[in-house]
Amino acid sequence: MGARDRLAELKARIPEVTPREALALQARGAVLVDVREADEIAQGTPPGALRLGRGFLELRIEQVLPDPQRPLVLMCGSGTRSLFAADDVARLGYRSVSSMAGGFTRWKHEGLPVEQPPSLDAAARERYSRHLLMPEIGEAGQARLMESKVLLVGAGGLGSPAAYYLAAAGVGTLGLVDHDVVERSNLQRQILHTDARVGTSKVASARQALEALNPGVKVVGHEARLGSENVERLLGGYDVVVDGSDNFATRYLVNDACVKLRIPDVNGAVYRFEGQLSVFWPARPQRPGPCYRCLYREPPPPELAPSCAEAGVLGVLPGVIGLLQATETLKLLLGLGEPLVGRLLCFDALRGRFTELAIERDPQCRYCGEGRAFPGYVDYERFCAATP
Amino acid sequence: MSKVTIRIPTPLRGHTQGADEVQVEARDVREALSALGQGREGLLAKVLGPEGELRSFVNVFVGSRDVRALAGLATPLADGDVLAIIPAVAGGGHGRA
Repeated sequence: MGARDRLAELKARIPEVTPREALALQARGAVLVDVREADEIAQGTPPGALRLGRGFLELRIEQVLPDPQRPLVLMCGSGTRSLFAADDVARLGYRSVSSMAGGFTRWKHEGLPVEQPPSLDAAARERYSRHLLMPEIGEAGQARLMESKVLLVGAGGLGSPAAYYLAAAGVGTLGLVDHDVVERSNLQRQILHTDARVGTSKVASARQALEALNPGVKVVGHEARLGSENVERLLGGYDVVVDGSDNFATRYLVNDACVKLRIPDVNGAVYRFEGQLSVFWPARPQRPGPCYRCLYREPPPPELAPSCAEAGVLGVLPGVIGLLQATETLKLLLGLGEPLVGRLLCFDALRGRFTELAIERDPQCRYCGEGRAFPGYVDYERFCAATP
Repeated sequence: MSKVTIRIPTPLRGHTQGADEVQVEARDVREALSALGQGREGLLAKVLGPEGELRSFVNVFVGSRDVRALAGLATPLADGDVLAIIPAVAGGGHGRA
């Protein structure tokens, strides 16, 4: 079948809507999917449209729109490419798929609302050129990173490398929560800080390092101790939370708030020569994962936690785990690959061995169990952390 | 009896003279832990609660599977199985939040 015949066949089969109808459908919960190329989208696009390039449409759409019942309206420049795209996504199992007749040209002509998505200037194109070269990221992926918000809990051993690389990657907003000041004994591993900044707040010191690396990143600092009274306010609005805290009280607060706010918790921990890493994300579309409490229901009492006298950490170890946390974060933001959900990755530096363990959802979990009311936050006793 | 290897997490190595693995013979997880505890005072109390149940902040895996998702402490063991004791660890390299 030639392109002309195929187009006629699609026109006969795929429902078409006018731009005005598309706008009305969008207001009623349908998703407008703009399948044009990044350079076309950069000229303007309907507000709230999902911008998925035609090239990655099939790979991406199931991650972003897991519900096959959700009505979709596909749009392109003139209404032709969107017919082909609509046919493709219908084959993936989406039940209600239509194509917008006349495309963006007609949308604009009819005076419907248009917004300018963030676009990359020449400096950004140069800075992120190695990302732009990869089709899995490209301009759309980089723009997505620049619109993303990641909160780092702790600007210490894990938070340092994670924040550094997320800033380098161009994550638009980096929030930092830490109430500590830089000490000389931190510098063996906390590479955001410097000898000259001993005595200054970690948040201020981190901000200086991150802005020096990438002035395009907005650093939002919170010189605060996380508690039940502020955890939701501090975590709310972020796309991903990276937990690199040094105590159980904070880890449980972060987990519980992430469960409630439906945010993925990229969780790393280190102790001497060993590290652990997982992504806790019960709200993951389609394939929900466990939360931290599915793995460890309650924190240990002080007398059974690793003793402070044994504490210590090989300086490079939080580097390894923190960078794996940054890697998982970028994968989540870009919708790439398979996140470490439902898997605990353990690193034994002395053996040079990674071990992957399966962790399952606990159907009885008080926090993420199906249909349960949120039981509230707990301020656990703070005691000597496992790592000094 | 099956010959199995138990991986010892760092916080418990004070009980194993620093060894990161211990070999024991056992039919199931409960027997393996009990064999591990033989002559190592205080070790089992950190893994099992007063009723002999696994503590809420410790997990035991056989291979890559959590014993809670198998038959718990009654999970049978085969020759060559690797048990990993994985306690909750909070250390973040000193990120105070």
